[in-house]
Amino acid sequence: MATRDPIEHEARTWHQRYRDAVTKNPERRARFSTVSDHPIKELYTPLDIQGLDYTRDLGFPGQFPFTRGVQPTMYRGKLWTMRMFAGLGSAKDTNERFRLLVEAGQTGLSTAFDMPTLMGYDTDSPKARGECGRCGVAIDTLDDMEVLFEDLPIDQITTSMTINPPAPVLWAMYIAMAEKRGIPRRVLGGTIQNDMLKEFIAQKTFMLPPKPSMRLITDTIEFGTKEVPKWNTISISGYHIREAGSTAVQELAFTLADGIAYVESALARGLEVDSFAPRLSFFFNSHLDFFEEIAKFRAARRMWARIMKERFKAKDQRSLWLRFHTQTAGCSLTAQQPYNNVVRTALEALAAVLGGTQSLHTNSLDEVLALPTEEAATIALRTQQIIAEESGAAHTIDPLAGSYFLERLTTEIEEQAFEYIKKIDDMGGMVAAIERNYPQMEIADAAYAYQTQIDTNEKTVVGVNKYATEEAIPVDILHIDPHLEAQQIERTNRVKEQRQREAVAAALERLGEAAQGTDNLMPFILDAVNAHATEQEICDVLREIFGVYRDPGVY
Amino acid sequence: MREERSEIAEKVTSGDIRTVAKLIRDIDDKVPEARESLKALYPFTGRAYVVGITGSPGVGKSTLVDQLVTHLRRREQTVGILAVDPTSPFSGGAILGDRVRMQRHSMDEGVFIRSMATRGHFGGLTQSTRSAIDVLDAMGKDYILVETVGVGQDEIDIVRSAHTTIIMLVPGMGDDIQALKAGILEVGDLFVVNKADREGADRTVNDLRMMIEMDENRYKDGWKPPIVTAQAVFDQGIGEILEAIEAHRAFLRASPERIAARQREKAKNDLTEMIKDQIITQLLAEVVNSGAFEEALTSIMDRTLDPYTACDSIVSKKIKSGTR
Amino acid sequence: MERNETTEQRKRKVRVLVAKPGLDGHDRGARIIARAYRDAGFEVVYSGLHQSPEEIVQAAIQEDVDMVGLSSLAGAHMYLLPRVVELLRDKGAGDIVVCGGGIFPEEDIPKLKEAGIKEIFTPGTPLGEIVRWVEQHVEPRR
Repeated sequence: MATRDPIEHEARTWHQRYRDAVTKNPERRARFSTVSDHPIKELYTPLDIQGLDYTRDLGFPGQFPFTRGVQPTMYRGKLWTMRMFAGLGSAKDTNERFRLLVEAGQTGLSTAFDMPTLMGYDTDSPKARGECGRCGVAIDTLDDMEVLFEDLPIDQITTSMTINPPAPVLWAMYIAMAEKRGIPRRVLGGTIQNDMLKEFIAQKTFMLPPKPSMRLITDTIEFGTKEVPKWNTISISGYHIREAGSTAVQELAFTLADGIAYVESALARGLEVDSFAPRLSFFFNSHLDFFEEIAKFRAARRMWARIMKERFKAKDQRSLWLRFHTQTAGCSLTAQQPYNNVVRTALEALAAVLGGTQSLHTNSLDEVLALPTEEAATIALRTQQIIAEESGAAHTIDPLAGSYFLERLTTEIEEQAFEYIKKIDDMGGMVAAIERNYPQMEIADAAYAYQTQIDTNEKTVVGVNKYATEEAIPVDILHIDPHLEAQQIERTNRVKEQRQREAVAAALERLGEAAQGTDNLMPFILDAVNAHATEQEICDVLREIFGVYRDPGVY
Repeated sequence: MREERSEIAEKVTSGDIRTVAKLIRDIDDKVPEARESLKALYPFTGRAYVVGITGSPGVGKSTLVDQLVTHLRRREQTVGILAVDPTSPFSGGAILGDRVRMQRHSMDEGVFIRSMATRGHFGGLTQSTRSAIDVLDAMGKDYILVETVGVGQDEIDIVRSAHTTIIMLVPGMGDDIQALKAGILEVGDLFVVNKADREGADRTVNDLRMMIEMDENRYKDGWKPPIVTAQAVFDQGIGEILEAIEAHRAFLRASPERIAARQREKAKNDLTEMIKDQIITQLLAEVVNSGAFEEALTSIMDRTLDPYTACDSIVSKKIKSGTR
Repeated sequence: MERNETTEQRKRKVRVLVAKPGLDGHDRGARIIARAYRDAGFEVVYSGLHQSPEEIVQAAIQEDVDMVGLSSLAGAHMYLLPRVVELLRDKGAGDIVVCGGGIFPEEDIPKLKEAGIKEIFTPGTPLGEIVRWVEQHVEPRR
């Protein structure tokens, strides 16, 4: 794109006129900036993208650097997967919700687990009191897993499981469940989140300290490469980092830095980069600032492609692809005037689509208050379907490419993110940075700054600090049966009674021995799962050997 | 709800947590009744072994304290902990975030953890902290660990109240040893280089060793401070640290004169500080509330009087007039 | 801020424990409110994540706080919050004010208040409002 000199002169003239106009009638805000406080100019022109080279910086879809999309056909060939995160109460309750969503047209499954399951505890643990089924489904044993996926075509549809420290255990349960149904592991498709680095940074479901966590994750990557080739064994996540209050640049930088750490760990294990990199997947937030998010997604693709090619010398094109799932921003929803959330989610979903996401979850309007009702979840799904079928947003690939604003923003975000990555590299990598509490502090500062901006009305939240109304708008919310906890404990006790005690004990002992060595732990976990060991029993073995990570309390 | 000071003293010495906690609060808030309780408790102090842990933010003091408690509890020693964090000079508030790293001991009846803020006092210890040490001592704790915000020369404070003072460092912190140089040997009985897996650990240890070797005549009581490397978060080096503390304790015990000299130093410091504090509080209140002060201010603003002359005049008048 | 150490009415500092009960790891709000309390001049003890009601109560008593602020976003509040109130009362510390912040269905709020939680702060409440509430409703000890 050649500079045209006449524009420079015209631009200067225009800006002078703009300044004059603004002196007479000031702009409606003192400052214009994104949700992340990234400053935005009043106008972008060809001058803002002078250095941009189409082939080098944008490329065609499916070609390096993949800015315009990882596949050549993108949504013209296949729409993004509509994958609604769901989980509530018992395995049976969630199974019903899964089937409802599939009938309503979702094209992939996504599982939300309850806090005890997420933390590697059974429902009967004293730590689990009051938490059963409240923010997701309670899974204690293989038997629960079987009920969860009953009558669902898991050989045809992919399943995502949002699970971190106990991910190997839940994945083993899924594989065991599938094999009991005669579905071989080689055809199983899906994702386990399995990203501990972002737990230490943001989501904070803890179990083991960083180094053993990395070992387990590398075990799963290795196992998946050999045994479950269609499975994404990790979903390197920025969503939670953003939810914890980071800026868009931080979300991007810390996620990619985590990715770099995982690649290095797998390489240190002796794996060939092209053997596992194609199965690394990502998970981003889609927040309120429409253009910032689209720019972020495009920058992410370009950055990862460059990192994989230049830093890790990957040869296989698929190793360079940044494939990602997106969830609209939970933290952008308000409890006040909940129906406004439908609009927020729609805009955030549109940004994700224009940003080229592979799969998308849209939040329900009531999620600030409780787990979503069927009605609310259906509206959220319809939002995606309307975007896909009615809005025309998916008619052409990467429609906003070439926009002076968007390309400039994409480049700025990329530059700032690379600065963070360099800083983290200088600290010795993400694990070292986490030990120093660096990303945690950056996030805490950003979160506090944002809250201050809202409290001072520098940033507006409609219905909260502007256009607020006195009356509360009633919304039906979901209730979890309080008897659920007792029932679940009973179920698990029955499993414990009926299983072979010696087989469980033997399997757990073998797991313990293997954990002290360097063997891949997945086969041992599979054995334990097949013997009907509970999730906590397996996790306790790991805790015993590797120790327990405690919150350092960075504020 | 006021209790007789002897009732409070009894509850404290029998280990009642709520009473101890409230008393420390009253001391911190400078409630006059608290002083009476401290008087009653004084005869019961002098038993506990006080260890001060100081160092820049982020070196791992809280983590070390947490691990020391685990080891001490295994030896069936009871522990009181005071974790001091800085008060914000802007708001007067503070986030006391050290407890987080020791919370696993909160349910242990043999451990008492208390967070305190410096409340405007720059540097290691305040009178409140010193008094709180006495309370935990009277409560019957075998060990008292005091974690302070030590940076540079302010560590001097803790030296006078602790039997053993630990200075913690981490490698790669820049020129800390240079920065700490002033007074570091007068302060540290034991040096801990934490996060010893980090690059530069050997260099840090060597720098410290050189400094220690060079300056024999500055050793406190003639004790050559050992250097211990550790990775507190991985429970490495803690045993050696405890051994070093015990060795120091034995060293002090071996010479009653040394102990007596230290105790005298401590008592002298405490008494001086308390007298200073009380004199300043009382006298300043009288002076500031007097007309002379306001008059002086006006003249200073007009520049018809300079502040130095005003000060001399006010103070000499006050001293002449006596305090009571 | 007047830091006149010579005045006789030395105001007692308000001490608050900000705690995360249960397994929920969402601490963005808790850490933000801790900063806000600090900026308002309070002394804030932060408990960190994954605290049992027992651990929270023990900390509250040892730290002699005036108020315990419990942050809850994973739906387990109906057990966890009343349990903290109960344990405080059992240990003779029922005068410590207990508040909740986070995600609470409207209909649970009256039940929680009945169980002894003094106030519940839901999403969107400005920090200034929370701080003002504490200043008006929480007496520093005695």
